[in-house]
Formats: sequence, C-alpha cells, structure tokens
Amino acid sequence: MPHRTFFWFIIPSLAAMILFIALPVISVLIQSLHVEHEQVLISAENCGPFGCKQVVIIDTAATAQIRADQPLGRFSGFDNYTNRSHLAFDEVSLAWGSSDSISDFIKQMLNLPFYKALAFTLTYTFVVTPFVIVLGLAIALGVNALPKFAKGPTIFVSLLPMIVTPLIGSLILFWMIDGDGVIGASLQLLFNDPDLSLKASPSLTWMMLIVYGIWHSAPFSFIVFYAGLQSVPADTLEAATIDGANRWQRIRYVVVPYMKPLVVFITLMQLMDNFRVFEPIVSFASEASATSLSWIIYQDLTQDAQLFGSAAATSMLTIVGVTILLLPVLIRTWRDFSRTAH
Amino acid sequence: MSNPAQRRSTSLAIISTGFVVLWIIVAAAPFLWTLWGSMKVQGDFFSKADWTNALYGVRTMVETGDFFTLNGYYGAWIEHGFGESVINTTIVVVSTVIISLTLGTLGGYALARSGFKYSFWILMLALAFRAMPHITLVSGYLLPFFEWNIWGYLPTSIIVLVAINQPFTLWMLHSFFLNIPKDLDESAMVDGCTRFQAFRHVIIPVMWPGVITTGLFSFLLAYNDFAVTASLLSQDNQTMIPKIASFLGTTQVEGNVMFAVAAVVSAMIPLFLLVMFFQRQIVSGLTAGAVKG
Repeated sequence: MPHRTFFWFIIPSLAAMILFIALPVISVLIQSLHVEHEQVLISAENCGPFGCKQVVIIDTAATAQIRADQPLGRFSGFDNYTNRSHLAFDEVSLAWGSSDSISDFIKQMLNLPFYKALAFTLTYTFVVTPFVIVLGLAIALGVNALPKFAKGPTIFVSLLPMIVTPLIGSLILFWMIDGDGVIGASLQLLFNDPDLSLKASPSLTWMMLIVYGIWHSAPFSFIVFYAGLQSVPADTLEAATIDGANRWQRIRYVVVPYMKPLVVFITLMQLMDNFRVFEPIVSFASEASATSLSWIIYQDLTQDAQLFGSAAATSMLTIVGVTILLLPVLIRTWRDFSRTAH
Repeated sequence: MSNPAQRRSTSLAIISTGFVVLWIIVAAAPFLWTLWGSMKVQGDFFSKADWTNALYGVRTMVETGDFFTLNGYYGAWIEHGFGESVINTTIVVVSTVIISLTLGTLGGYALARSGFKYSFWILMLALAFRAMPHITLVSGYLLPFFEWNIWGYLPTSIIVLVAINQPFTLWMLHSFFLNIPKDLDESAMVDGCTRFQAFRHVIIPVMWPGVITTGLFSFLLAYNDFAVTASLLSQDNQTMIPKIASFLGTTQVEGNVMFAVAAVVSAMIPLFLLVMFFQRQIVSGLTAGAVKG
C-alpha cells in the first residue's frame, strides 16, 4: 500500500485520536500550571454617622471580567503540584518531622487527599488484578470440565457482571450490602451488632470495593482463559498422561505454560482498567473512607467552583502513574518487537 | 469422555462443578434479587426487620394491595422523565457506534495491509491512548469546551466517545482484517480496481462478522460510560447512567430509592438482551486480542 493511500485511510481515525486524546493531554498540562484568579479586592471608605473606616470589599464586576478575559487563570508554575491537595511537600515533611512512628506518619499522610486517593487506587489495582487472574483461571478450568449443554448458559451468566454498566453493577451490590440491604442486615443479625455498616467502617468499605472489583473483572479473565484452554493441544495432554503426570501436574506443566501470554494480556488490561477505578466510589458513596485518583479529579471538575488547575495537576500525576505502571509491559513488548524485526 | 487425559476422579468433578455453581450464584443472584425487588416497595426491598419480606412482599401487600407493584417504574419513567434520558442514550450510542466503525474500519484496514514500520508505532500509540483514564481527558476538554460554547450538547459527547473508542476499535478491526486473505483485495486491484474500490467492493462484503463484534464493544463503551457523559452533558441532555447517578441524591432525600432501583433495572435489561443474542460475538471479541497476540 503506497504511503499516500495509507494516509487517506488512516487520517480520520488518527485525527480523532489526536484531537481528542493527544491535544487534551497537552491542554491538561497547560491547565495544571495555572490556578484560578483570586477575587479582586478593593478597599473603600465606608462613612457612617460615627465617622469613616476603611473596608475591603470584593469587586464582583472586575473579578468576573478578569476571569472572562483569562479563563485559564494566572500562571502559577508547579504550585498546583506541590500544594496541600496534591503532593503536599510541606505537609509531608512536617508530618515526617512530627510523627514519632511510621504508623503515625502513614496515618497523617492518609489525611492528605492525594495520598488517600493514591493509597486506595494502588491497593485496589494490586489486590484486584491477581485475584481476577486466579479466580478467572479457576472458573475457566471448572467450566471447561462441564458437560457441553451446560457451557452456554454458564458463560451467559458469567458475562453479566462484566457487561453490566460499572455504575449500575456497583449500585446493585451496594444496595445489597448497605445497612438495610439483604446482606448488610443479615450480617448485623449474624454478628448481633446493629451498628455494623459499610459507612461506619473504612476497612469494610475497602474490602467491599475490592470484592466488587473482583466480581466485575473475573468474567473477563475467565473468558480469555477459557478460549485459551480450547487451544491447548489434546495430544500434549495425552502424552503427559501416558508419561504418568497426574491432573495437578498436567495443569502445572502443560496448561499453565500455554496460559502465560494470556496472563500478560490480562495483567496489562487489568492494570489499565483498575487504575482508573471510579464508578464504584460514586455508587458506594464511599468518599469518607475511600477515594480514588479518578474520583478526586471528577470532584474538582463537578463542584460549583470548578478547580481546573487542581484537576489538571491530579490528571498529570495520574498519567505519570499509568506510565510507571505499564512501563515494564511496554518494555517487554518493545524487546519482542525488536527481536522479530532483526 | 474417551480421551484419557480428560477422564477425572468423581470427587474432583464434584468440587469443580460445585465451584462453578457457586460462581453462577455469585454472578447472577445480585441481578435477580434487584429485578425482583424493583417490583416491591422500599420497606420490603430494604427491609430491616426480615430479609424474606423482600421475597414475599409483606409491606408491598399492605401498602399497595398487590404482590407486585410498578410504582418505582412509574416514578422513574413518568414523574422523573427517565424516558428522555433513554432517548438521549439511544442517540449517543447509535451515533457513536456508527461513526466509530466507519473510522475504525478504514484505519484498521490500512494498518492491516501496510507493512510500514510506522503502522506498528500507530498501534503502539493507540495502546498508550487506551491506557489514559477517561476522566483525565475530560479535565482537558472542559475548559476549551466552555470557551467555545460547545459544552453540554449531545454531538460533543458523541465525538469525544468516538475518539476515546478509536484505540480499541483500531486494534480489534486491525486483527480481524489480518485474517482476511491479502489475495482477495490484491487480485481485485490486479483487475483494475483502485485500493478504495477494492475495499468497497471486495472487503466490505466479507468484513461483517468482525465489524459486528467490534460494534458490540463500541456499544458497550458508549452505553456504560459515566465519566464522559456525566461531566460533558448539561442537565437537559443527560443520558441514562448520569441520570441514575443524579437520581441517587434526589430520591434519597425524597425517600424514593425505589425510583432509582427501577431506573437501574430498566437500564440493565438491554444489556441482558445484548448478551443473550450476541454471546458468541462477545466471547470471540474478548479473546481476539489475546489469543491472536
């Protein structure tokens, strides 16, 4: 295919991606270096029957004017990154100096919004991903052994948690485990503790969010592994059996090696998707005990006084986080590519 | 089974089947429970006293005189105008799917047929774009969109969803086109077709299985999206999912949580039908990227 033809075929798709994915990232970078204008203050003399005094009032018109003229706000360098809502260098060094133990230091760090969100996001990503892989493989092995007529319906039901909108799926779970919901109320009865509730206990909230994450993503890895199992050659399995391998050894030494590239694929997809965890936090209304990076960006963007600079700074930090997370996988792909190229 | 490698001991079979049954219950029960509960009153679905109330509808009988009630659905669809957001969702989803597929087939075809090194780089770039959390992109859109006065409208959201969807669409269609033999379009070009004519008359007729599968995933992305539509659409143009999210606040205050439950079930049903009819395509789509590398 000549370059020219290739260009015309690819340009609509490429233009869409550049305009709405690449340029917004640049826009985020620029916004993150700016901060909203402060209100314009003027001092006026307020004279009454008992004499005059100086007062400072807000010049609403001038404030609106300057905000309209320069919607980006004023340039603030890296202030957005270092202030209390983000990396909070001052607060961290203060906490480091004032805390007498590591746990105290961690506790103080978790009061800072960015670190609180980062802690949950990372925990969620690194707990959900391995669980999803193991559970998915287990389900795939189980379904593979089912009689043929049962496979179709099983796959249908298994797909549901993944296909259903994350916001809806997490709401459905939330309504069940909420204090008045079926699981929540039963737990209260079981432990004979009427105050046991999701909202009151941060660790319970974290746990339930992670359970939701596993429930939501396990079908994906199940389907991928299930398809992979169909491609394991029967001859190899038979040969292993003849050589005396028991069932466990067949899984360990024949099936698992075939699954290796699939594990890389699932890990890659799961790291990307779990790092952007967002909807369950909205559904569970869990911001008191668990927030995520995506959630704090959304919060900055949708509150009444929108904080574009602050949201942009968190976005940049999130993008850096995604890059660090995916770097090992990307380097691996790059090595494979250069090996095949030469 | 005759294959000795697949013969297994009974106890193992029982454990493995039991595990699958347990998984099926875990996967399906929440949906069935909510579907059933959406036709009860709040006192039953969120019963503090006895969870079996939700099954037998004790309060529902007392309050409405019937075993089932459609009050939640009436409240959501008639009183709170859920129907409008369903129309908006339909517009957004259909447009997103059609535009995504048009751009994606052209691009995916070009990537599959060109041996240039930069086509690999475009695919890698698409993968990097795929990794961007959607909300970070939204924080890049908002300010420019406000300035240009295009914030809040459906077409804006459609274009954004198309763009966000492109990386995935490109990858998927690229791998489908790789499976269509090169000889097909090349022989058409030997016969005098241009590249585009070959694409139009030879490739398009045989590409539908791949396009349908990819279209399903574009549908899911647009239908399930919350981050983009919640922040880019004005109150009047809201689609279903942001509408449900805003229901949560208002209905909680009014004590009408059942409206939200009914809305959730309404939004869930189309997805069930989708899986029912297109199960095979969804499964093949999920594995296309993985098994073929």
